[in-house]
Amino acid sequence: MLIYQQSRTGRRASAQAPLQKSDLSGIPEAFRRKQRADLPQVSEMQAVRHYTRLSQQNFSIDTQFYPLGSCTMKYNPRGCNTLAMLPNFLARHPEAPADHSQGFMACLYELQEMLKEVTGMQAVSLSPAAGAQGEFAGVAMIRAYHDARGDTARTEILVPDAAHGTNPASAVMCGYKVREIPSGPDGDVDVEELRKVVGPQTAGIMLTNPSTLGVFDRKIEAIAKLVHEAGGLLYYDGANLNAILGKVRPGDMGFDVIHVNLHKTFSTPHGGGGPGAGPVGVSKRLQPYLPVPMVAQDGDQFRWLTEGDCPESIGRLSTFAGNAGVLLRAYIYACMLGGEGMERVAEYSTLNANYMLKRLTDAGFDAAYPERRATHEFILTLQKQAKQLGVNTMDFAKRLLDYGFHAPTTYFPLLVPECLLIEPTETETREELDGFIEALCSIKQEAEENPEQVKGAPYNLPVKRLDDVRAARELDLAWKSDTD
Amino acid sequence: MPFIPHTEEDVREMLVAIGAPDIEALFDEIPANLRCGKLKQLPQAMSEMEVAGLMSVRANQDGQPVCFIGAGAYDHHIPAAVWQLASRGEFYTAYTPYQAEASQGTLQVLYEFQSMMAALTGMDVSNASLYDGATSLGEAVLMAVRANRKSKSRRILMPRSLHPAYRRVVQTMVESQGIELVELPFDPAGGHTDPATLAAFDGQDIAALVIPQPNYFGVLEEVDALTDWAHANKALAIAVVNPIALAVLSPPGEWGEQGADICCGEGQPLGAPLSSGGPYFGFMCCAQKLVRQMPGRIVGRTCDLDGKVGYTLTLQAREQHIRRSKATSNICTNQGLMATAATIHMALLGSEGLERVAAACYANTQSLVQKLTTIGGVEPLFNRPVFHEQALRLPISADGVLSQLSVMDVLGGLDLSRDYPELGDVILVCATEKRTETEMHDFQQKLQMILTC
Repeated sequence: MLIYQQSRTGRRASAQAPLQKSDLSGIPEAFRRKQRADLPQVSEMQAVRHYTRLSQQNFSIDTQFYPLGSCTMKYNPRGCNTLAMLPNFLARHPEAPADHSQGFMACLYELQEMLKEVTGMQAVSLSPAAGAQGEFAGVAMIRAYHDARGDTARTEILVPDAAHGTNPASAVMCGYKVREIPSGPDGDVDVEELRKVVGPQTAGIMLTNPSTLGVFDRKIEAIAKLVHEAGGLLYYDGANLNAILGKVRPGDMGFDVIHVNLHKTFSTPHGGGGPGAGPVGVSKRLQPYLPVPMVAQDGDQFRWLTEGDCPESIGRLSTFAGNAGVLLRAYIYACMLGGEGMERVAEYSTLNANYMLKRLTDAGFDAAYPERRATHEFILTLQKQAKQLGVNTMDFAKRLLDYGFHAPTTYFPLLVPECLLIEPTETETREELDGFIEALCSIKQEAEENPEQVKGAPYNLPVKRLDDVRAARELDLAWKSDTD
Repeated sequence: MPFIPHTEEDVREMLVAIGAPDIEALFDEIPANLRCGKLKQLPQAMSEMEVAGLMSVRANQDGQPVCFIGAGAYDHHIPAAVWQLASRGEFYTAYTPYQAEASQGTLQVLYEFQSMMAALTGMDVSNASLYDGATSLGEAVLMAVRANRKSKSRRILMPRSLHPAYRRVVQTMVESQGIELVELPFDPAGGHTDPATLAAFDGQDIAALVIPQPNYFGVLEEVDALTDWAHANKALAIAVVNPIALAVLSPPGEWGEQGADICCGEGQPLGAPLSSGGPYFGFMCCAQKLVRQMPGRIVGRTCDLDGKVGYTLTLQAREQHIRRSKATSNICTNQGLMATAATIHMALLGSEGLERVAAACYANTQSLVQKLTTIGGVEPLFNRPVFHEQALRLPISADGVLSQLSVMDVLGGLDLSRDYPELGDVILVCATEKRTETEMHDFQQKLQMILTC
C-alpha cells in the first residue's frame, strides 16, 4: 500500500513543522500557489511504520550476502557512518569560511593524499559525485590536454567490449565517437585488433583492469605502449580497484587518469542507488586540468583551490564540493584499514573469489575463462543449462532470491552469453560462501529435475516476477489521488 | 584484521581447495615488474576508538557557528524520523534496485518520491534523482537540446541571476557538445530578469530558456511572462526551483499558458543536512511527452505474475547500461538514499507542513532584513519581492565584515562580490525557520558593532 493510500484529509504530523500559522501576505498573489500540492497527510507513526515496513522488503548487505559483480558490496562499517554524522560535520555550510573548515578540510586533504599513494597518481580531485561523473571528468581532462596542445584531430575514444556502459556514454558526453575493441578468447584485450584501430584519431582508451570479465589484463604494458605511442592517453575505470588495492597501482601500469568508486572499494554505502563518490587521479601531464574544488595545504592551514587557482581546470562538477559526507566515510574507512589493511582487501577478496570459482566448477558449473585465475570476481556461464534444460541465467538469479541470497550481476558483460558475474568481497565468511555455493548447486539440481520450479521463481518475496513490458508500455510513474 | 572474518584455518583450507600454496600465488597473473611493494606513504591502521577521537577533534575544530548563509544550501529542521528511517541498513546498504523482486522497498519509496515531486512541481512525471541541483540543470539543458526538434541552434538562454555555480557546472557539462550558453543580464534595480530584455532574441532560434525561481538573489522572477516568451519563440522553458519555495509559490507546471517543459533543482532542502555541500540530490520533472528524453532512473508501477501490484525500474532503454553510447546520459549511481530521506521528509510534513516551513523562512528573513537595515549604511540592494534570501549593501568591505563576524561565530551571509564584482560590497543573507529571534538580534548587534567601530 502506498503512503498516499493511508492519507486522510486534515491529518498531519504536526510536531514536525513550525507551530506558527503561515502569513504569506508579503508575497504578491501573482507569485503564489493556488492550490496545495497533493502530498500524503499522515501521522508520524503512520510514516514510521510505513517506511519501516518498506525497508523490510529490501535485500541489503546488512541482511543478505549480496555478490553483485563489479559492484563490491562489502560490509559498510557502522563507525564510518556514525563519525561522518557528527553534528558539526552535518551542520557545516558548504560556504563556511576557512576558519570554520580546517577540521573538515584536513580529512579531505589526507584522503587526497592516500588516494594518490594507493593509485600511483600525481594528484587527486575528490569532487566527482559518482563513478560516471569521474569518467566524464577524466575524459574531459583527456580532451583538455589534447586541445591545449592544438592536437584537435583526435575524435575517438576506444572502449573494450567488456566495459561498463557508462564508459561509452561518458565519452559521448565529452563529444567523442566511441570505437569498440574486442576481447580475445582468454579475456584479455585483443592487442592485434587494438593495433588495427589505434592511430592519430585516438584520443584515448578507457580500460577496467581487472576487467569485468574477472581477469587481470596481462598485456596492459603492451596496450599502454601502443596507445601512448599513437599519442593517446589511458583512462582507468576504478570499478574493480578492490581486486588490486595495494598490490599494483594504475599509475604504475601506465594509466594517465583514473576514477575510484569510493562506494565500492572504500566501503561507503550504496543507499539503494547512491550517493557515491568518484574521485579522479591523474598523472603529471593532466594535473592542470583537474576539476575544482580541491584542498591545498599552506603551512598548517588548508584552503580550497578553485577556478582562480586552476585556470586550466575542466571546471566545476557540482554546486559545492561533491558528496562530502561520502568522502568523510571513505576517509574514516581508510584510516581504520591503514596501508596493510588495504592490501588485505585485495588479498581476501581474491581468495574468496578463487575459492568460490574452484568449488563451483568442481560442482559442474562452467567458468567463462577456465584457464584464468579469478580476480576479486569471476564469471560463470549457464549456456549449457539454458540450452539443455531451458532454464536461463535470469531463472537461476530469481531462484537464488528464494534461497535468501541476492543474485550476482546477470547478463553483464554483454559478450559472455548467459553469464553470472560473481563478486563475494573480502568481508564474507567462508560459511556464507559455502551456503551460496550449496544454493547454486541445489538450484542446478532443481533445474535438472523440475525446471518449472526454477522458471517460476521467486516464490518467497513480496512479489513474484514483475511484468516489465507492461511497466514500459502502460507507463504509471506517479500516483494521482483522483484516478485510483 | 579489520572487517575480514577469515581465521587461519579458513585460509589454509580455502587455499587447499583452490590448490594454491599461498594467497600471494593468486596474484601470479600480474606481471611482477608492475607490483608496487609496500606503500610507505599510507598511514598505520587506527582502531575505531582512535579514529573516533580524531574525528571528534576535527569536528570540534570547525565548531557550529550560527548560519545566515543560504546561497543554494539551506539550514532546515529535519524531523528525527527521517534519518532514523533512511539509515536503516535495508535502505542504507542496498544497491540500485536491479533485482526488482528483492528491492520492492527502495522501488516503492522511489515511486512515492516521483509522485510527491510531480505533485510539488505540478509536472507530469519525475525521475528518481540526479547528483545535485547544478548537474540537474546540466542534464536539463542536454535534454532540452535533444527534445526540442523545432530548434537546430543548440543555443540556451541562461540568466545571470541564476546560481553562479550552476552556470559553471552547466558550462563544464555541455561545452564539448557544441552547446552555446547565452547570458541574460539582470535588472539592476529589481535583481530579476526583465522579460523586456528578451525582445532582443525575438524570433531567433533558441533551444531553451532557463528560469530560476527564486533566483540566486532570492528575488522572484516573472515566471509566467518568461515561460510564455519561451513558448512563443519555440524554445523549451526549463524551471530551476527550490522545493521548499514551491510549497507557497506557483508550481512550474502552471507557469504561463502551458507550464514549463522541464523542471529541475536542488533537493537538499527536503531532508538533507548541510553536510559541507553533499550528498544532496538533484531532481528532474517533465511533461509526459518528454519522458523518453529524461536522464536517470525511473520507477514504474506494474503487476507481478499473479496480478499483484509491484514496482520496477522502467524505460531502461534510455540508460547507459542498455544503450551505452546512445544513452540519454552517462548517469548510473545517483542519490537514491537522499531521495529516500526526501520522501520520508515530505510524508512527515505534508503540504501544510512544508507551507509552514516556507512561511517561517519568509517571515524570519523579513525580520532579519528589517533588523539589519536599521543599521546605518545597510540597505536592500533590490526592490523586488523575495522568498527567503535578500541581498544587502554594506557601507564597508563585505569580506572584512564577514571575517569579523565569523570570528564571533556568526556566518553572516555570502559575499556576492566574489561572483558579481559589479555589485560591490553586497552580502546575501538567509534566515531559515531554524533561526531564532535571539540569534537574529545577536547578528544585528555584532554587525552594528563592526560597522560602528
